Amino acid sequence: MPMILSLTLNGRPRTDLVSDNLLLVEYLRDVAGLTGTKRGCDGGECGACTVLIDGAPQHACLTLASRCGGRHVETIEGIGSPGRLSRLQRAFHEKLGAQCGFCTPGMIMAAEALLRRNPDPNEAEIREALSGNLCRCTGYVKIIESVQAAAGDAT
Amino acid sequence: MTALRGPAVGRRLPLIDGIEKVSGRAAYTADLPAHALVGRILRSPYAHAELLDVDVAAARLLPGVVAVITGADCAKPFGVLPISMNEYPLARERVRYRGEPVAAVAAVDDETAERALALIRLSVRELPAYFSAEAARAPGAVLLHDNQAGNVLREVHDEFGDLAAGFAAADLVREARYRCAEVAHGQMEPHAALAEYDAERRRLTLHSVTQVPYYLHLMLAHCLELEESQIRVVKPFVGGGFGARVEPLNFEIVAALLARAACGTVRLNLTREESFLTHRGRPETEIRVKLGMTRQGRLTAAACEVVQRGGAYAGYGIVTILYAGSLLHGIYDIPAVKYDGCRVYTNTPPCGAMRGHGSVDARHAFECLLDTMAAELGLDPFAVRRANLLSVPTQTANGIIINSYGLPECLDRVERASGWQARKGRLPPGRGLGMACSHYVSGAGKPIHRTGEPHAVVELRLDFDGGITILTGAADIGQGSSTILVQAVGEILGIDLGRLRVVATDSAVTPKDNGSYSSRVTFMVGNAAIDAAQRLRDILLAAAARKLESRPDRIECVDERFRVRGGEDPGLAFREVAAAALAQGGSITVKGTFTVPVEYQGGKHRGGAVGSTMALSYAAQVVEVDVDVDTGMVRVEKVWVAHDCGRAINPLSVEGQVQGSVWMGMAQALGEETRYEGGLPLHASLLGYPIPTIMESPPIEVHIVECLDPNGPFGAKEASEGSLAGFLPAVTGAVADAIGLRMTELPITPDRILEALARRQRDSRIAAARGAAS
Repeated sequence: MPMILSLTLNGRPRTDLVSDNLLLVEYLRDVAGLTGTKRGCDGGECGACTVLIDGAPQHACLTLASRCGGRHVETIEGIGSPGRLSRLQRAFHEKLGAQCGFCTPGMIMAAEALLRRNPDPNEAEIREALSGNLCRCTGYVKIIESVQAAAGDAT
Repeated sequence: MTALRGPAVGRRLPLIDGIEKVSGRAAYTADLPAHALVGRILRSPYAHAELLDVDVAAARLLPGVVAVITGADCAKPFGVLPISMNEYPLARERVRYRGEPVAAVAAVDDETAERALALIRLSVRELPAYFSAEAARAPGAVLLHDNQAGNVLREVHDEFGDLAAGFAAADLVREARYRCAEVAHGQMEPHAALAEYDAERRRLTLHSVTQVPYYLHLMLAHCLELEESQIRVVKPFVGGGFGARVEPLNFEIVAALLARAACGTVRLNLTREESFLTHRGRPETEIRVKLGMTRQGRLTAAACEVVQRGGAYAGYGIVTILYAGSLLHGIYDIPAVKYDGCRVYTNTPPCGAMRGHGSVDARHAFECLLDTMAAELGLDPFAVRRANLLSVPTQTANGIIINSYGLPECLDRVERASGWQARKGRLPPGRGLGMACSHYVSGAGKPIHRTGEPHAVVELRLDFDGGITILTGAADIGQGSSTILVQAVGEILGIDLGRLRVVATDSAVTPKDNGSYSSRVTFMVGNAAIDAAQRLRDILLAAAARKLESRPDRIECVDERFRVRGGEDPGLAFREVAAAALAQGGSITVKGTFTVPVEYQGGKHRGGAVGSTMALSYAAQVVEVDVDVDTGMVRVEKVWVAHDCGRAINPLSVEGQVQGSVWMGMAQALGEETRYEGGLPLHASLLGYPIPTIMESPPIEVHIVECLDPNGPFGAKEASEGSLAGFLPAVTGAVADAIGLRMTELPITPDRILEALARRQRDSRIAAARGAAS
């Protein structure tokens, strides 16, 4: 069934006509054209599609777009400002927290949620916050270093 | 322009395409915009069957279906090796594994495509199916391929040196069997292809996740019976490979066939399950090793038998079984080496190349037995390795020339860093330390297609804007190859790296490259980039010399200033020199090449090309574990690894590659395993296939050893594969140190540990009871 969806996406309100069984990841990628949110699995296995819904990290592949009415959805495209990477983005870039880059948007969104609620996490807290996000390239070593660098970088 | 001056080689430069990745702007194949039909593949539910009929009539009639294709639409078998092309994009006459593509549809949307697949009817006659190498080789087994007797793709028998004399000279001879489960690459990006067919002009454009755009290009031309010039292959951002994509894959050709049948554009995004079914992973391998050793730990002879369960099609199989034998050489000095390999066809998804291709499981077995024998002789694991070091330069018995050998320093570094001598044997119960060595080629010496062309070509273009474009066919799949090329070119030219941009892997624009496999890109394409940069530098120096009224050999360029060496003159800025050079004839394009000299292309024996290379990387590692004897859980506390990569062109990148490699070894050793029940994969999801999460992943301390190779670009060798294999024996050694049991089957999952502990307890009770009774 088609329905009208109004939400705030990366700080901007928007309204679309969507099918009520549309997944949020499909809405973001196919309707809103935000392909930074990745699909790495067949549902809830890898964390590559992690976005923030009202500030909390969620799998966009397990969320119906229709359940996001009136809510604030943030994706990798909404992190940082034009011409300026966010501290996490900069740290992942400079510390090689991203190799192939496919898990990176989800990884950064999960880390963003962590740093918002806990600006100075210890290593165990970083590991726990990212435990739903798989990476196949890095062995996670430089991902942890990236989050630590971002947390230490208040600017 | 961002100022990125000073020496480029040795700099911890972030990836040149890193900003796209962290900002979400990097477009991977599934992200490319297109008004495309949706492609879907119907896969065989049978493990082995004669295909009597594929009835697609009802599917074709469904509104919204634009094309339906079957094996009848392509009669050309494909494969990466010209000597063993035996796979069809869509099965013809026979299906050989569950999940093999049988038919495909292009439709207006997902739902229609799914409904069309459900309307396709298969008529088959089921055949006996074989899920182990042993079953497939048994007398009387039905052949998967009529021309492959005994279901054997390739047997290899090599013997170098006097084996009998070697074993006769030994004080200790031991033999052991090891088994390694089949594993998969698990790259984060599922497979995807986007095919556009221009029916009026009969032209095909394919965007795909490939590591080998050129081989894919050849197979598209072959299967679609098009001339290569009618095809364009583009590799966008790729989300990891690890070997999953180093051969042309069925879905890529199916996407192209669908686009042609639909006279349009088709997007074929595979699910994670289908990505697992496409497979090409490391085969299940049985290894029997026999070593001869003197009391001092000196090896006198080695014999190794390897059987690989290869899956349903040849793929890289011949190369894999050859690598396992070839890379028994080149790490230690062994007077006599015998190898017997057997690659078997089975009714499971085809295996292929995976990081450390062919070498990993055999290296694991070899290092395990080395440790066991060292323990029996009361020798330290480090000492036994040091007793068998090569002296270089040397040529191995199987023809590999070695000019650089950093293994001794790797051993020293990890021994010191891990506190081995002080800690080994003194850790609390349940804790243990293990170590092992490994190595890998820096690019396969002999190319797959012997066309006579250079092995690598790089072009550089300088134009009015003062920017230099590096044109390369080398596939950056996340390993950072494009970044290395920027550093190589920037170093030679002495210019700001911000002037350089890379245009890669678009066959319409970039020079052919064989692809990202066998850790060849830094070595071969890096050398070609140096050659190209030197040619461009010559042009610029000549232009500067004209303006400065000097000779080119007296001009130097440092930080973009061209001046007469030793002179007082402030010299010329890069833009002035570029303008002077361009004034001679407009935009400048130069080409650099690299070819592996014939003496580095391997021994003359059959299969001698495999394992040939210009340089080997070396690695040693120490692994510390904690084993919980109640749960059987093995926790890796820390890894110290030293990797000899020659010159570290980008130390940041080397660390990342080595960490990833060691960690992938950990994944194989401790948990990952494909499982089939009646040919049905039970593992084909990221929950069924246990890729380690950040919770189970240890700190990995990397020590870079720079034993420069005279043939490497700036002395560099490979950094991405050589440290993987060492983890497996090092962790089993650490577990043996912790609980006194050397596990011979991988992965060492908790159930296997508990079973081994229970067996030991039972055996000791029986022994005690017998002792009491006697």
